[in-house]
Order: sequence, then C-alpha cells, then structure tokens
Amino acid sequence: MGAADSIFEIIGPIMVGPSSSHTAGAVRIGLFAHGLCKNPKFVRILLHGSFADTYRGHGTDKALVAGLLGLSTDDERIKDSFKIAKEVGLNYLIETTDLGPRYHPNTAKIVLDCEDEKIVVIGSSVGGGNITIVELNGYPVEISGEYPTVLIMLHDVLGALSHITKIIADAKVNIAIVKAARVSFGDLMLAVFENDSSISDAVLKQLRDLDFVEWVRQVEACA
Amino acid sequence: MRTLTTISEVLEYCSKYNKKMSEVFIEIEAKRTNKSCDEVFDQMRKMWNVMKESMEKGIADDSLSPSGLSGGDAKRMWDAPAIVAGDVIRRAIARAMAVSEVNAKMGRIVAAPTAGSSGILPAALYTAAEELNVDEDTIIRGLFVAAGLGIVISLNASLAGATGGCQAECGSAAGMAAAAIVEMAGGSPEQSAHALAISLKNVLGLVCDPVATLVEVPCVKRNAMGVVNALSSAEMALHGVKSKIPPDEVIIAMSKIGRELPESLRETGEGGLADTPTGRRLRKQILGY
Repeated sequence: MGAADSIFEIIGPIMVGPSSSHTAGAVRIGLFAHGLCKNPKFVRILLHGSFADTYRGHGTDKALVAGLLGLSTDDERIKDSFKIAKEVGLNYLIETTDLGPRYHPNTAKIVLDCEDEKIVVIGSSVGGGNITIVELNGYPVEISGEYPTVLIMLHDVLGALSHITKIIADAKVNIAIVKAARVSFGDLMLAVFENDSSISDAVLKQLRDLDFVEWVRQVEACA
Repeated sequence: MRTLTTISEVLEYCSKYNKKMSEVFIEIEAKRTNKSCDEVFDQMRKMWNVMKESMEKGIADDSLSPSGLSGGDAKRMWDAPAIVAGDVIRRAIARAMAVSEVNAKMGRIVAAPTAGSSGILPAALYTAAEELNVDEDTIIRGLFVAAGLGIVISLNASLAGATGGCQAECGSAAGMAAAAIVEMAGGSPEQSAHALAISLKNVLGLVCDPVATLVEVPCVKRNAMGVVNALSSAEMALHGVKSKIPPDEVIIAMSKIGRELPESLRETGEGGLADTPTGRRLRKQILGY
C-alpha cells in the first residue's frame, strides 16, 4: 500500500477478502462512483494493468459491482454482487483495457450513464484497501474517499472559490483538503473539497444556485 | 504533533517524553483526528474483535476456498498436538492460517497491513499474549505499536506486494508484530525497533508469486512463516540481540529491493511459483487461461 498517515490505514479496513488492493480497494472505487450516481442506466467498467490481469482471482469485478451497488468493504454479500445486480437491475459491462503507463497498475475506469449526463471516474487502488480517485470527467484529481467529498464544476471567475468556501464555513463544515484546477484558461474549473463532515442538501442547493456554478456533487466517505 | 516519519524519530520521541511507542502512536492518532485517546483505543478494539472472530472462524471451518487451493489446514494444525516445533509455534501457525483461509473464502478479516498478510498480526499477538499472560488491552496497545511502525514503513518503503513483493506484505506484518510483542513483554522501544529490523531482514527479497493470482498459494503458508518470524525476532530482541544494520536502513534496503524486483514477481501471478508447471496447470484449471 502507499504512504499512510493514519493508524487505521495500516490496521484496517475491516474487509472481505481476498485482497485489500484488488478486492477492498475495488469496492471503494465502486462506492465512489456509486456516490456520484446512485442509479445509473448503464455502467461500463474498464480494468487496467494488474486489475485487468488478475481480476477473476481476486474478485475485483465482483468488488467493483458491489461498490456500485453501495455495499461496503466488509459486506459478506460482495461475493454475490453479480446476482444482486441482476435482482436490482443494475446493467454493467466489464472489459479490460490499457490506460497507459502513467496510471497505477491497479486502476479502473468507470463510465456511468446517469439520467442526463455521462460521468467518467478513474480510480486507483493504491494498497491496503486505500484508493485514490485520479480523474473525474477528464480533470486530474487526487481524492482518497476518506472524507465526505464535495465536487464542484465552476466557471473560473474572480473570487469564485471564496464564495464557495464562505458558504461551506457558514454551514459549520470544516474543509480538510481542497484542490481546484482548470485544464486551460477559459475552461470550467473543478474544485474538490474533502471535508470533516457532510454538507446538508440545503447547503448543496445553495452552492448549486451560485450563478458561476455548473454542477455539484457530494460523495460520502466510502468505508 | 506531526507524523513521525522514521524509526529514529520515533525512538527519539519516546526517549524525550519517556513514553512507550503505543502511547506515542495513540496520542498522534488522537491529535490528528481530533478524537480522544479513548475513542481511538475503542476503534482499535473493534479491529481486534474482528481479528479474533476471523481466527475462531478459520480454526473451526475446514471447507475449501472456491478455487480449492486452500482451506482445512488451519483446523488440521489446531486439532492435533505439536510434534517438533512446540505448542506456541503450532497454535500461532494455526491461527495465522485460519485468518488467511477465511480471507481466501471472501470472509471478513482486518487488513493488517494488507489482506494477504492479515493472519500474522492477530496470530502473533494472540499467541504471545497467552504466553506472556497479559490482558486484551495490552494486545490492543501492541496493535498501535504495529500500526505506527507500519506508517513509517509505508512512508519509506511500501506495504503492497504489487510494489514491493511479499517482503513488503508478510515481511512488514512480521516486523510490525515482532515490535508489538516486544512492548507487550515489557521490552524497550529500541528493542521493538530491533525486532522489526530483524524480521524484515529475514525476508528481504521475498517475492510475491501467487498461483493463479489468488491470495492462497503460497500466501496461507507465508502467513504461517510470518508469525514464526515475528515470534523468533521478538524473542531475539528481548534477549538483547540487535540488528547490526539500523532499522531505518533496513527499511530503505527493502524499498530498493522492491523497486528492483521484476514485475513478474510483484503480485502479477506471472513468475516464481505461479510459473511452475503445476502453478500454470492450476491457473488453467481455475481461471481457464
């Protein structure tokens, strides 16, 4: 596993085997995608690197689907996730791919067909059940899934972030980690706030109503 | 209070404030997460409870894993008396294999530090506690020693088989367990550090070569090896045996070796035991390719 800063990244998570990186980490990548889109019409799962080579043995495919169903890493129903997906009508396709050398060997790309949009998430399982979401809709990100995470697409106007951080602070939510970047000048910017607690729906609406904000999502910490 | 990033820093800190390693790691975690030390301790107690369940479950269950590659050996080790290795070793091995078998059956375990190496810490600490006649809180403090040192390894090397081979998983788990046992037995932080170093040195270069990419062969027995490594390293350190190479340098050596291992020997299931005639046959039989 990668560099840890918490005791419970080393002893933990409580999880269903067989592999922390290929099973638990895969569940958590699936859970992050589930947090972005609860009932996708269709999901395309692309497995890269070691995920592509070894997914059958480690149940990586079942684990990703389990995460997309909202099952947690310690749920003993993970091994039955394909059956559960069928029961609840989650349609998915699992394929292998090569995303290129700049991605971690344990990486999955998940393409979600949601109500009125397509969301593309790329996540890496960096060891010991820990993950890093590395790309969202083409934007480079670095999200651990350890915190409730608010994602905001916004127009890069002067002072935009200060408006947003004020709303979050007024909601008495503390920001643990914040990253914001645009791909190039004039493009939409993606701001990612990893917070110590969740933001209420009312406050999310307040953020959504800002005239320079295009899109807001909150993903709960994925255990 | 910031994270301590090397073993030397940990030892300096313990010595400066006259604290045990477990106290230091509990306080850092509490501070970092804005929780009380009691809350952090209770969180670890939950981990320990799941660890115990997984040992009990594995010892009682002799069914085979879905692949058929593992299962039943923990019970086999548990049910009969020791023949040559003594009863402590026998019980420790049975418990380590138990957790590892539960893991292979997609049962619930605690990654420590990973699922592949999840049998070593619970088995080593449980069995040592029986021998030392110490209570459960002492075991839980031991888990903090293990985890705190695991953070240091993760910062300077790796804990993933895909990055560093089996030395990074079962080697680290054994080292972390050895250091924990030393504190449980009343040893000093320096002795814990030497126990960690000795365990790691014993398995430097150990490759991750799982047959059919499953966490079963040789992983279940590597967990048994890890628990014995932990017990023997703790025993040496408690007797005053020291690692000639300082612990921080051993960790860096492990990191370098991990980077030098070919990809075929880092959890890809392509080299080593996986690439033997039998390994290849089993792969074809189980995975169909």
